[in-house]
Amino acid sequence: MILAQQQRALTMLFKIEARPEPSRQMALAAPLIATGLTIVISSIFFLTLGLNPFLTLYTFFVEPLTTKNGLSEWLLKASPLILIACGLSIGFRANVWNIGAEGQLIMGAITATGVGLFLPFQESGLLLPLMAVAGVIGGMAWAAIPAFLRDRMNTNEILVTLMLTYIAALVLSWLVHGPWRDPEGFNFPQTALLPNQGMFGVFDYAYRLNTSIFITGVVVVLTWVFTERSFLGYKMSVGGAAPSAARFAGFSSSASIWIGLLASGAAAGLAGMMEVAGPLGQLSPQISPGYGFAAIIVAFIGRLNAIGIVLGGLLLSLLYLGGESVQLSLGLPSSIALIFQGMLLFFLLASNFLINFRFRKIAMRAH
Amino acid sequence: MAPRLELRGISKSYPGVIANDNISLSVLPGEIHAVLGENGAGKSTLMKIIYGATHADEGEIRCDGKLVPEHGPAVSRELGIEMVYQHFALFESISVVENIALSMPGKMDLDGLALRVREVSERYGLPIDPDRLVLTLSVGERQRVEIVRCLLREPKLLILDEPTSVLTPQAVQKLFETLRQLSDEGCSILYISHKLDEVRDLCQTATVLRNGQVTGETDPRKATSAELARMMVGSDLPEMMVESSELSNAPILSVSNLTLEAESVTGTSLKSISLEAYGGEIVGIAGVSGNGQGELAAAISGERITNAAEDVVLEGRPIGHLDAGKRRDLGLGFVPEERLGRGAVPPYELSENALLTAHRKGMVKHGMANRKKAREFASHVIDKYKVKANGPEAKAHGLSGGNLQKFIVGREIELDPRALLISQPTWGVDVGAAAHVRQTLIDISRSGQAVIVISEELEELFEICDRIYVICHGKLSQSLNRAETNVEEVGLLMTGIGSQTNDSGSTTEGFDYAV
Repeated sequence: MILAQQQRALTMLFKIEARPEPSRQMALAAPLIATGLTIVISSIFFLTLGLNPFLTLYTFFVEPLTTKNGLSEWLLKASPLILIACGLSIGFRANVWNIGAEGQLIMGAITATGVGLFLPFQESGLLLPLMAVAGVIGGMAWAAIPAFLRDRMNTNEILVTLMLTYIAALVLSWLVHGPWRDPEGFNFPQTALLPNQGMFGVFDYAYRLNTSIFITGVVVVLTWVFTERSFLGYKMSVGGAAPSAARFAGFSSSASIWIGLLASGAAAGLAGMMEVAGPLGQLSPQISPGYGFAAIIVAFIGRLNAIGIVLGGLLLSLLYLGGESVQLSLGLPSSIALIFQGMLLFFLLASNFLINFRFRKIAMRAH
Repeated sequence: MAPRLELRGISKSYPGVIANDNISLSVLPGEIHAVLGENGAGKSTLMKIIYGATHADEGEIRCDGKLVPEHGPAVSRELGIEMVYQHFALFESISVVENIALSMPGKMDLDGLALRVREVSERYGLPIDPDRLVLTLSVGERQRVEIVRCLLREPKLLILDEPTSVLTPQAVQKLFETLRQLSDEGCSILYISHKLDEVRDLCQTATVLRNGQVTGETDPRKATSAELARMMVGSDLPEMMVESSELSNAPILSVSNLTLEAESVTGTSLKSISLEAYGGEIVGIAGVSGNGQGELAAAISGERITNAAEDVVLEGRPIGHLDAGKRRDLGLGFVPEERLGRGAVPPYELSENALLTAHRKGMVKHGMANRKKAREFASHVIDKYKVKANGPEAKAHGLSGGNLQKFIVGREIELDPRALLISQPTWGVDVGAAAHVRQTLIDISRSGQAVIVISEELEELFEICDRIYVICHGKLSQSLNRAETNVEEVGLLMTGIGSQTNDSGSTTEGFDYAV
C-alpha cells in the first residue's frame, strides 16, 4: 500500500487530528453542516422514491408550524423532552448514566394521579401543586433505587435504570387494568379523569398547550444556573471529566451519584405529572411516546447545556410532528419518517466530531 | 566505513510544534551514541521516525549507506533496528517466552525459543526465567525481557529510550555492562536520555537536542556536565540555594504504622509504614517505581481513607479518616505525579482548575462559584510561578508538562499548607522548570512548612532533601540523613537488601538484577 501511494506521488490524503482547542466556529457551524447534509442526502433519497424533495422537506419541517395548532403541539411535545433532558444533563455531566427516565416519568405520573384521584383535596387549589410534588417524589424514589445500588453495591446504573423502566411500565399496566381502573369507564384500561383542579389550564380551549410550559422554562433556567454557575455543578462535572481529579480534590463521588440520579428522576417524574395533568387527563397503559428515551438524544444534541437542550427539544419535537405530517399529507409510510429522523440525528452527532477534531490534508511525497 | 545509521535533515512537525527541525546525525558500527535533551526536545519523535513508528515530513534515513524508504517497524526490524520503549509492551498474563514468541517471525516453537532465551540472557548477563509469568516480574526484569527480545533478533542497531528511569543505581551499572558488551560485538546503540552522568559514563558520542534542533555534537567523556547542560538548556542552570533551618518542635505530619491493602492485584500493599516530617525540612522518599509510592501518596493525601484515623496525623490531629478535601482544609497540600486528569482537569481552563482546590480561598459564595475570583487567583499563580500560558483562560491540556506542574505547585502552595506532599515533582518537566520547582520547595520548607517529596530520581532527592526514606515492597526504611548517607546505601535499600524481614511474596518480585 505504501508503494502504491508513492507511485501516485501527489495523491492527497487526509489525516484526522485532535484540535489543540475546541473550535468555537465549528461549534456554531456543526448544526448547519448537519442540516445541509441531511437536506442533500434526503433529497436524493426522496427523489429515488419518486417524491418531490422540496415538497417533502416543506411538509416535514415547515408545514407543521404554519398553524396555531401546529405551534401548540410543537411546544407541548418539546416541553417534556426539554424538562427531562435538563435533569439528565446534570447526571450525564458527572458520568451518571440514567437511561431509565421513561420509568421515572411513569412513576411520577402514577404518584401524581394517585394524589389527584384519591386524596381529599379534590376541590382545593392546592391539588395541582400537591400532584406536582407527588410526581417529583415518585420519579425521585424510582431513581433512588439505582442510586442506592450504585452507591452501596457498585451496580451499573445503566442496567438498573433501564430494567426499572420495564417494571414501572408493568406497575402502570397493573394499576390501570386492576385497582385503579375507572369503574365507569366501560372496562377500558384507564383511570377516571382527573378533577379540574388537578389539571393545568390551557391558553386556548381550541389547543392543548397548557401552563405547565412555564415550569419547564423555570427548570431550564435553574439547570443553567446549576451547571454553569454553582459550585456543586462544577464539582459534579469535574467528577465526569476527570474522576481522579475529583478524588484528588476530595469531591464526593457518592454525592454525584445521588444528585445526578435524583435530579433526573425528579425532572422525569415532574414531566410525567405534567403529561397526566395536561394533555392526557388520566392514566392509561401508554402514557408516553418514549419521551424518557428521546430526552437522552435531546440532552446530547444540546451538548448537555441547558440552552442547547431547549433547541434540541424543539428539533426533536418538530421531527415527531414532521413525521406525522408527511404521513398525513403525502401518505409516506412512518418508517420513511424514521429513516429521515435517524439521518438528521446521525449527521448532527457526527458533525459534533468536527468541534474537537479536524481533517488535515497531507501530500504524499515520492522518495 | 559507512555509518550504521545516518540521518540527513530530518524534520517533523505536529500542529503547533516543530518536533524535529533539520536534524542530522550519524552512528558508526559499534558506537554508543547518546541523544541528549530535555523532555520535549524532540528525542522520542526522532526515535519513532528512525524506528518507523511515524514518518518524517522531510529528510532521509540511510542504513549502512543505503537509503531507507518510508518504512514501518517491520522494515526496521528487517534492517536490524530494534527498539526498547520506555513503556514496555508485554502481556502480563502470559509467560516470558510466550511474550517473546509473539514478536518472532515464523512458526512458534516455544521449547526451542526458551532455550535460546536462556542462552542469550546468560551470554549478556541478563538472567531471566523464560517460564515465569510477566505479572510476577519486577520492572527491571521486564526491561530485561524487552532487551532479550531485541537481542534474539541479533540487531545491528539497538535504540533504548530512557532505559534507566525504572532502575536502581546498581541495576543501571549492570545494564551498562551489557550495553558495552554489545557495542564490543559491533552492535550500535542509540541511547536516549536526559541524565548527564549516565551519558558521560556510557556513551562515546552525544548529539544534543533543544527545541527540536541539534545544538551540539560532542564527546561526552571529555565534556563536563555543565557544558552538556548548557547545550541542553541553552543557559547555565541556577545554583540551588539550600540554607540550613530551624526545625519545628513537633512533627507537622506523621504517619505511624500504616498498613493498607493494595486496591488491585498489580498494586503494592503498604506494610506498617512510619514517617515524620518536621516544619522546616524536606523529607524525601526514594524507591524504584511501583514499590508502594502511589499507595502511600494516596493514603497521605486522603484519596484513600486509611484503616484508622490515627494512621496519619497532621499537627496532632488524626486525619486518616478524612477525604482529600477535608485534609486540605486542615492544611495538607498535595501535588500528584499525574498532572493531567488528577492534579488538573485537562479540558478545563486554568481558572476553572484553580477552583479545583483553591475554592476554599473565598471563591464560593451561597453555593455559587465566583469565576472572577478564580480568574484572579489563576492570573496570580501564573505571574508568581512564571507559568507560560495564554492567561487564565488557557486550557490545562494545552500547557507543557513543566508549565502545568508550575501552575499546580503554585496553586497548592498559595493555599498555604502546613505540610506539602509532592509526588515526582519534576517528572517530564524540563530542566529550567525543574530547577524552579525545586527552589520553590526549598523556599517553602525554609519558611517553616514541612515538605515531603516522593521521587524516583536520586539525584533530585540528594539535591534538595534533608532526610531520605527508602520505600521497597511497600515497606519504608529508617530515615537517613542526607549528610550521612550516599547513593550506594540508598540504592541498596531500594533493592530491598537493607530490609530485615522477608515477607511472603516478595521473593517472586525480587530485584536480583541489582546484585
